[in-house]
Amino acid sequence: MNEIAVEVKGLKKSYDKVDAVKGVSFSVSKGELFGLIGPDGAGKTSILRILTTLILPNEGSANILGYDVVKDYKKIRNNIGYMPQRFSLYQDLSVEENLEFFAQVFGTTVKENYDLIKDIYIQIEPFKNRLAGKLSGGMKQKLALCCALIHSPDILILDEPTTGVDAVSRKEFWEMLIRLKLKGITIIVSTPYMDEANLCDRVALIQNGTIMKIDKPASITSEFGRMLWAIKSENIYKLIQDLRQFEFIDTVYPFGEFIHITSKSNNMDTNSLISLLKGNNHSKIEILEIQPNIEDCFMALMNN
Amino acid sequence: MSRFWGFVKKEFNHIFRDYRTMLILFGMPVAQILIFGYVVSNEIKDIKIAIYDKSKDNVTQEITNKILSSGYFVLDKNIDNDNQVEEAFKKGIIREVIVFEPHFAEKLEREGKASIQILADASDANTANIVSNYTSAIIRTYMKNELMKGDLPFEIDTNVQILYNKELKGVYMFVPGTMALILMLVSAMMTSISITREKEMGTMEVLLVSPLRSMPIILGKVIPYVGLAFVNALVIIALSYFVFDMPIQGNLAFLLLETLLFILMALSLGILISTVSKSQMMAMFISMFALMLPTMLLSGFIFPIENMPKILQWLSAIMPARYFIVIVKNIMIKGSGFMVVWKETLFLVGITILFLGISIKKFKVRLE
Repeated sequence: MNEIAVEVKGLKKSYDKVDAVKGVSFSVSKGELFGLIGPDGAGKTSILRILTTLILPNEGSANILGYDVVKDYKKIRNNIGYMPQRFSLYQDLSVEENLEFFAQVFGTTVKENYDLIKDIYIQIEPFKNRLAGKLSGGMKQKLALCCALIHSPDILILDEPTTGVDAVSRKEFWEMLIRLKLKGITIIVSTPYMDEANLCDRVALIQNGTIMKIDKPASITSEFGRMLWAIKSENIYKLIQDLRQFEFIDTVYPFGEFIHITSKSNNMDTNSLISLLKGNNHSKIEILEIQPNIEDCFMALMNN
Repeated sequence: MSRFWGFVKKEFNHIFRDYRTMLILFGMPVAQILIFGYVVSNEIKDIKIAIYDKSKDNVTQEITNKILSSGYFVLDKNIDNDNQVEEAFKKGIIREVIVFEPHFAEKLEREGKASIQILADASDANTANIVSNYTSAIIRTYMKNELMKGDLPFEIDTNVQILYNKELKGVYMFVPGTMALILMLVSAMMTSISITREKEMGTMEVLLVSPLRSMPIILGKVIPYVGLAFVNALVIIALSYFVFDMPIQGNLAFLLLETLLFILMALSLGILISTVSKSQMMAMFISMFALMLPTMLLSGFIFPIENMPKILQWLSAIMPARYFIVIVKNIMIKGSGFMVVWKETLFLVGITILFLGISIKKFKVRLE
């Protein structure tokens, strides 16, 4: 299981004057589901495009299954499945025609590898005669995944496959990825959604073209090493303002309806905080100690 | 091989599903050939003329009436001295002056022969030709119906003089010219757009990350257009032959072969355009301004090359369409064979190879 599928060393890439990737190294084992997690503009797409041989790195090297992405690009192209960030199928061809076309391009047939895509294809099969351009966002991604899988690649590279897809489809999509992983396909996936990190075997947290941390999601969260509280009141906006005024509070980040806070002493008397806030006219205050998630870790790493 | 045919099939699907593409491919050639055809060779109506009657007798009056009642001509003015003829033309309103010689009726009766001079303004060559032909025809009919009633063989001699553009160039130009224009449009513009569309839609990204090599991608994109452009050429030739009586004096197979060569040239140009343009818009503009306009203006299609300034003449020397027009004219009108047009053919072959070479070199196997 520890055989290396993808190895990246000191990768750098810049466009004109912008440094998109500033020296990135990581490796992915065979059969692993590896996540590149980071906000827009972190350099995820550039890394994936270098891996898919679409662009050349300025510095550093990368190899896939032992093939160099610059020299042996033709060999790599036979062995990977790639799903770009933007929906990149033929909108004026039907679902079935797209699938058949990509099968033909890769010198195979839909029948030959039907096993691999069956679970996914079944969901879009009722619409097989519909033009790809007329599908919903989630359907499009499922079709794109089918097309990327049709030649049974050893490695699947997905660039933000769940961006712009509804919550239910996102969940379904990840279930499919996990099933594919169980079939032995190595998967590298990028996403801006931190909650998806937990579904990966290992993740690389990327910010501004550098990797801040690579580890298993559980290890990353366990290394957070601090107490964390979630707090909310009726006036969230004022609550943030007020919390930032308190000397003993360290970080204040809004997460949905809650605010996640840490304290400088790594300890806190929650009752006295509540009474402090009550003095500031807050009502319906709730506070509880929580376990950190990947996003908390990401924020903490960003500030270091 | 099945990879390649899969690609070609996909390409046909794109073409047949997009009604705009279909319209450009099949509607435009027919429309253009008909429009050009009728604009260039249609009947005339209400042409303004002047009459310079030096005789003013009953016969000249009758002929004048016949001409004016034909529906083709409208009398703009009567002229009564030689100087006014030039003046009348210069104003640009009248297209034709009909001059009756002095003592017209008398001469006709006494000598059995009299002259009418027809002066036509051929700054618009085609109209001048038609106008003078119509006038002569009306006079001949009059002569037959009215004067031949008796036994005496009267004869009116119509003397047509074409002014300003004596050779009447440009009459049969429109068929070869339109053919060059349409084939250029269909082949170069459509292929360059269809290749850049893949870039724009992001599908090129997926195609590149596939075992498909650049040659099959390019060939797969181009082959459907070879077929469609060839069908277009056939339609144009058929229309010009059956509707406009354009002769095909030479060998039809040879003509089609040369047409195929021109199509290949235009396609390689289209590929070249697609390698340098990033979007469909850009491909279209390059095709329009770098191809269409020069093809129309500098190939000798509309304006005679001999009349251009030297610089434009040199420019026109590198217009592939110019050579194709020469080839088509030679084959269709003069019935020439390969020995006459080998130089032009060689030029087309050469430039096709050049364009293809550059495009293959410039085709990117990556996104940047």
